[in-house]
Amino acid sequence: MIDKVFYFLSFLAILAGLMVVFTKNPVHSVLYLILAFFAIAGHYILLNAQFLAVVHIIVYAGAIMVLFLFVIMFLNLNAETEPQKPIFYKFIGVILSGVLLTLFVGAFRKLDPIYSDLPQTDIGLIKNLGIVLFNEFTLPFEIISILLLAAMVGSILIAKKDKAVVE
Amino acid sequence: MNGEAYLGILTFLGTGGLFLLVTFSISKALRPDKPDPEKLSIYECGEEAVGNGQIAFNSRFFVIALIFVLFEIELIFLFPWAIVFSDPKMIRANGSAWTGLAMLEMLAFVFILLMGLVYAWAKGHLDWIKPITVPTETKSSIPNEQYQNINIKYSGSIVKENNIQA
Repeated sequence: MIDKVFYFLSFLAILAGLMVVFTKNPVHSVLYLILAFFAIAGHYILLNAQFLAVVHIIVYAGAIMVLFLFVIMFLNLNAETEPQKPIFYKFIGVILSGVLLTLFVGAFRKLDPIYSDLPQTDIGLIKNLGIVLFNEFTLPFEIISILLLAAMVGSILIAKKDKAVVE
Repeated sequence: MNGEAYLGILTFLGTGGLFLLVTFSISKALRPDKPDPEKLSIYECGEEAVGNGQIAFNSRFFVIALIFVLFEIELIFLFPWAIVFSDPKMIRANGSAWTGLAMLEMLAFVFILLMGLVYAWAKGHLDWIKPITVPTETKSSIPNEQYQNINIKYSGSIVKENNIQA
């Protein structure tokens, strides 16, 4: 049963990933990327990481995709307006992704099939995460807020600079 | 994977999908179906639809989207806190001061992030960026009062004409 779910989700993720690359319309490829994120969230659930799955959907499929769509809308990419890329770039792209594929295949070939003997623990539940977070990592937890504050101020500053150029 | 726990989620998803399917089938069975090219065209307030729907987006939403992403990451940290907050095991382990302590921790967390919102607000990044309109200056040899005088002089007659037309 789990094997079937795994294969279905993998098929869905790979199909969505291919569609991201092959669709002409950038907005459609973002939508396919959301589908791929949902499939990967299903994989997280299979790996007993429920909280991670929910975070993946909320943050990646929700927030990051909003930013992706924003950038696409900014650039106003359409199938018609997209400039024809030189064959040289396509050649470089094929070589680079081929190298990456070779690397992955070489790395994963040596892996043991860890999927079959997963620890049947509840380590991925929110409750266990919260207990660890508030027992051992209270100070890092508070420092995260400072990190997020710095990220917020920094991103606002950078976005403001862009805005001045637009005006 | 303990399949029992996901049965509820699957039931939710299945019932939701079934609900949609049944409702749409009912409306498809009941409604009259006589399409023509005019009916099938995109409705745009009665106007003829022109161009692409996906146009360049206004940059004034971008800062708000950035702030939204960061606050969403803050929200992620609220979930484990909300679960642990009233957990009997944690209360037993940390004494009765636990709930107050947890509350303080989360308040500090939210307060520090609130500073970011206050920063954006105070700097005016949440304000709607208005387009700058420059009124066109016309150099006329006739002073403005002349127009006013003419308006006053003939205001009565215009009213009369309007009355006649009406």
